[in-house]
Amino acid sequence: MSKPEQFSEKLGKNLIFIFASISLLILLSIVFFIFRDGFLAFKENGFFHFIFGNDWSVQDNTFSILPLIVGSLVVTLGALIISVPIGFSCAVFLAEIAPEKVRNIVKPAIDILVGIPSVVFGLLGMILLVPYIRNHYGGPGLSILTAIIVLILMILPTIIAQAEDSIRSVPSSYKNASLALGATHLQTIWNVILPCAKSGLVSSVILSSGRAIGEAMAVYMVIGNTFTFPKSLLDPSRTLTSNIVGQIEEATVGGAHLHALFGCGLILLFIVFILNSYSFFIKRRGCRSC
Amino acid sequence: MFKRNKILSVIVGIVAILGIASVMVPSNALTATAKTTIELWLNKPQARVNGETRWIDDTNHSVTPISKWGRTMLPVKFISDNFGLITTWDGKESKVTVMQGGELAGTISESGSTSVLPLAEKFALAFMKKNPKVRISYTGGGTGAGIKQAAAGTVDIGAASRDLKITESDLMVHAIARDGVAIIVNKGIGISGLTVEQVGKIYAGQISDWKDVGGRSGKINVYTREEGSGTRDTFQTFCLDPFALKMSPACLAKKSNGEIQMSVQSDPNGIGYVSFGYAEGVKELLLNGKEPSIANVKNGSYPISRRLYFLTKHNNNVLVQAFIDFCRSDEGQKIVLQEGYIQLAD
Repeated sequence: MSKPEQFSEKLGKNLIFIFASISLLILLSIVFFIFRDGFLAFKENGFFHFIFGNDWSVQDNTFSILPLIVGSLVVTLGALIISVPIGFSCAVFLAEIAPEKVRNIVKPAIDILVGIPSVVFGLLGMILLVPYIRNHYGGPGLSILTAIIVLILMILPTIIAQAEDSIRSVPSSYKNASLALGATHLQTIWNVILPCAKSGLVSSVILSSGRAIGEAMAVYMVIGNTFTFPKSLLDPSRTLTSNIVGQIEEATVGGAHLHALFGCGLILLFIVFILNSYSFFIKRRGCRSC
Repeated sequence: MFKRNKILSVIVGIVAILGIASVMVPSNALTATAKTTIELWLNKPQARVNGETRWIDDTNHSVTPISKWGRTMLPVKFISDNFGLITTWDGKESKVTVMQGGELAGTISESGSTSVLPLAEKFALAFMKKNPKVRISYTGGGTGAGIKQAAAGTVDIGAASRDLKITESDLMVHAIARDGVAIIVNKGIGISGLTVEQVGKIYAGQISDWKDVGGRSGKINVYTREEGSGTRDTFQTFCLDPFALKMSPACLAKKSNGEIQMSVQSDPNGIGYVSFGYAEGVKELLLNGKEPSIANVKNGSYPISRRLYFLTKHNNNVLVQAFIDFCRSDEGQKIVLQEGYIQLAD
């Protein structure tokens, strides 16, 4: 390389390094601040009492979040259990089976759905879903079920779009080789294409689960926000995120209330970390050969 | 001897300078001629405005016109308020400023109670009409948010629908109206009223079916506000605390008066509590047999009532003070009446 080329090469790499460091710094600061105030919540309420207790009262200055953790996990898992099979099937359909004309209409539509702000789904849920569920299934309409449906509407397009992209990016030589060896189309999809797209598929699930567990306002509008454990799908509940949305305006800086809300955020962070590490292992054990 | 917000005037002639007809000073009574007639008497704390008797300062009954230094001294604030002028007091410079409307300029930011919201918006519209160079903005957020933001200086005025707690007393409190809290239910519910204790028990989770209070059978869906809401605090003070009851954690929480009203309107089994101004499209229950009306709040027979406040820091500026004075003036209190709230003075 000539001198100018060497210089611009170095400059480019250093710039990239700087941007990467900034991103890392931002992430670390966020984690630091959440840890700092969240830890105070553990200290003020006792670690085990905070996580496993069931009373939250600003007046009595006591905070514990077990119903919130349960609520968050239930709505997220509920949404994922439905969305992942449907999403993957839809992605396979679009990538492998659908004729070009169908794909050209459906794929852009799904991309648009991905971009719709989640609070819009919350609004739709509040105005349309809640009365519908109340009238046809009972309960107050504000429930786990409504929250799960709203979350499905939000994450299904994301899963479809990402999964479809990763399926498409499997090299066609693999598919051709499999077909040449006599496998049917479906056998090829199941045994060759999907395993090879594993990395992208797992990413899509992780991203969507992050979005589902992190959704605050849309969930707040439809879940009823009670501090109780849901005993059925039609019972209302409260999540870690909707609790923060509901109470953030009241909490005074430096008070135990605000620390407790940070504690909710900290637990959320832990859950997201666990989800991400799980995906790391899946990716690892998966497609070494791809 | 200048006291904050109770300004004893220096010169009667201020009135004359502003082009209002000259002020005559007979021995005992002073009258000024304008579209408004104000009559004041030396050493009497009450005056007459267009024939109506009122206190010059209703929080301090010793403010009167006096004779001092060979001059007759009049309370400037009282006169200017009743002539529709704006008088402000700058403590730092010990300066009294009297001006016509339309000369004020700047922005005022308010936030806080959703109970106060409809009223604050109307106040702002009327004030901005009189003072076109002023811009006022109001965001909701609930009483807790209003208090917090006013204390932090994030907004100029925080609106609250409950009395301040001891820990919050570092703010200046200006009452602007009175309000009642109505217990609302869906129109189809078939009950006309409840006792305060029944309402408390419903919210504490002890009564859970409509048939236990005289309605048809159906599980009661109880809607409440998040902690921090002034309306919730008021509700708790009158319906829960007297019976040593606590709000059940199974109540469905919402973030504003509007959301409670919407929920109860669409839920046939719903019950909620809102500020009087939000009780539309729903049925308002009689409490202890009393209708939730302005008259019943005034005569004290309706059980749940409170004052609405604007809160500021202690060194608020001229514009903010002028706006608050406007809200507490006759014109402002007329708006209070129009919006379905209750005026401060009886």
